[in-house]
Amino acid sequence: MAQVELAGLTKHYGAAAAVDDVTLVIEQGAFTVLLGPSGCGKTTTLRMVGGFIEPTAGRIRIGARDVTREPPWRRNIGLVFQNYALFPHLTVFENVAFGLRRRRVRDPDLTRRVTAALDLVRLGEFATRLPRAMSGGQQQRVAIARAVAIEPDVLLLDEPLSNLDAKLRHDVRAELAALQKRLGLTTVMVTHDQDEAMSLGQNLVVMSEGRVRQVGPPATIYRRPIDRFVAGFVGRGTFLAGTAQGDVFVTARGARIACVALNPAATVLLVRPEAVRLRPPDAGFPQAVVQSAVFAGAAHEVALRLDSGEVLQALASGDPSTGQCYGIEIEPTAPVGLAPEQERMA
Amino acid sequence: MVRGARWQERLARVGIVGLAWLSLLVVVLPLGLVVWLSFFADEIPALPPAGYSLRWYRAALGLPQFASGFETSLIVAVMATTAGLLVSIPAALVLARGRFPGRSVIVQVLTAPLIVPAIVIGAGMYVAFVQAEVATGLELTGNAATLAAGHALLTIPWCLRLLLANLAGLDPATEEAALSLGARPFTAVRLITLPMVWPGVVAAALFSFVVSFSNLEISIFLVVPGETTLPIAIFQYLQWKMDPTVAAVSTLQIAIVGLGLLLTNRFVPLGRVL
Repeated sequence: MAQVELAGLTKHYGAAAAVDDVTLVIEQGAFTVLLGPSGCGKTTTLRMVGGFIEPTAGRIRIGARDVTREPPWRRNIGLVFQNYALFPHLTVFENVAFGLRRRRVRDPDLTRRVTAALDLVRLGEFATRLPRAMSGGQQQRVAIARAVAIEPDVLLLDEPLSNLDAKLRHDVRAELAALQKRLGLTTVMVTHDQDEAMSLGQNLVVMSEGRVRQVGPPATIYRRPIDRFVAGFVGRGTFLAGTAQGDVFVTARGARIACVALNPAATVLLVRPEAVRLRPPDAGFPQAVVQSAVFAGAAHEVALRLDSGEVLQALASGDPSTGQCYGIEIEPTAPVGLAPEQERMA
Repeated sequence: MVRGARWQERLARVGIVGLAWLSLLVVVLPLGLVVWLSFFADEIPALPPAGYSLRWYRAALGLPQFASGFETSLIVAVMATTAGLLVSIPAALVLARGRFPGRSVIVQVLTAPLIVPAIVIGAGMYVAFVQAEVATGLELTGNAATLAAGHALLTIPWCLRLLLANLAGLDPATEEAALSLGARPFTAVRLITLPMVWPGVVAAALFSFVVSFSNLEISIFLVVPGETTLPIAIFQYLQWKMDPTVAAVSTLQIAIVGLGLLLTNRFVPLGRVL
């Protein structure tokens, strides 16, 4: 277990920068998620930490070691791939034992550690099977056992859940979270799925165009996104153009939204759907009309047209129908004012 | 409409199945005829045969040029196959994953002998060996190693093509997993990559063996009297006689190759790699 430090990490392919000056401290024992759209450089970053891509510039430290020029086989990392990458000709036991054998671990230690790793993913009785005789979820659990059996300094997960179907993804996700907490492994996962990122990550690193846009716990990223890109990529919401006037944001079309601690330079206001409360139309709040409603299980996702003509995304319990009128109350601490410098970056 | 469509569909299916059987017939018929002919009693084959006999097998086994030809062919085929694998396995491993300048040039050079007529290769090799002999004073032609060197020009491209196709279907992540677990590149290739392409290696060896064993065009330039391969012995015999001895030799050859294929298939399902 160790802390991972990236300093000015850069990878150029010709003139194009896949990863551009990424400086980042990945906390020891924490679950960190690199999140971003495809092509944002998250996988390239992960593969540089793994030692499979040589950085153009910058340094990588794992604990006290500078591993920038170390080949993968000397880095002591656990790696889990999207498509499992199990050794098809070896049994589950031998798959998990592979890393230990390379470290010259002998019986009885070997069997004990392999069994322990398999028990960890509840596959103890599958030791003699071949990978192809197992389901995708089981195969990915074998891959996880194989990666943690060597007691890596850092566990790298490259979209580990993307090949699993929705139900299974949920199960393996929970299992992964529990396992990581139990072992206290420094873990870095790459994903483009924001739900996955928010539910697993203690820290999120939001990337785009090869750069880190924001680092922080999921709640902070969600509630206080630093710019329009982060706000749009993580979570949903409405972006309203306008200006800050004291603690009131006046939208371009004249709607007034009271906010607490509003950024005076804000030109765009982010309003998350759950910040919008629906009240009876006669309760004295500004009024809005339901423009569309989509059933989403626990609530309806509704689009509300304000008197100003602007449309707000919100969540409505009950059975809202198109054309219905509500009073609108916006939780004043929730909206985020985004200043133009921050927006221009997006 | 529906009935018409069904009728056409059925016709199409019958057509495809018929075509498949026809193709099979075209492939198998000459082999079947050779086998049949080998049992004819007559010295000059005629239809219908006057009777059946095993005398041509006795004759074939009794002729020294066939026995020694068989031995030479076997030795040469084993050597050429070994040479083909020794060159093409490392080459394929590098060429399959590397993206470096000159990669496609190397692939082209290594597979080029497939598009050069074998007779040209044979003539070229002969001239080259003679020149080398003149220059060095060493005796280079007329031995199994020379023949194997010539045949290697055919086995290398065959092996390389088959191995590259096999390696292309391999997920590089599997090897990366091995590296991340602490395996050095050589260990990863030995323990993971090669076992995964093992069927491809077997298929390559098999193809090489057959290509070398049955080669006539290159061998004919590189053999010396008294030291010939089986195809050349057959060819020479045919120039003088038309009796079924040659059919008997061919049948034995077919049986040996067929047996080899069956044995291989027990260990590596050939349907998956060919």
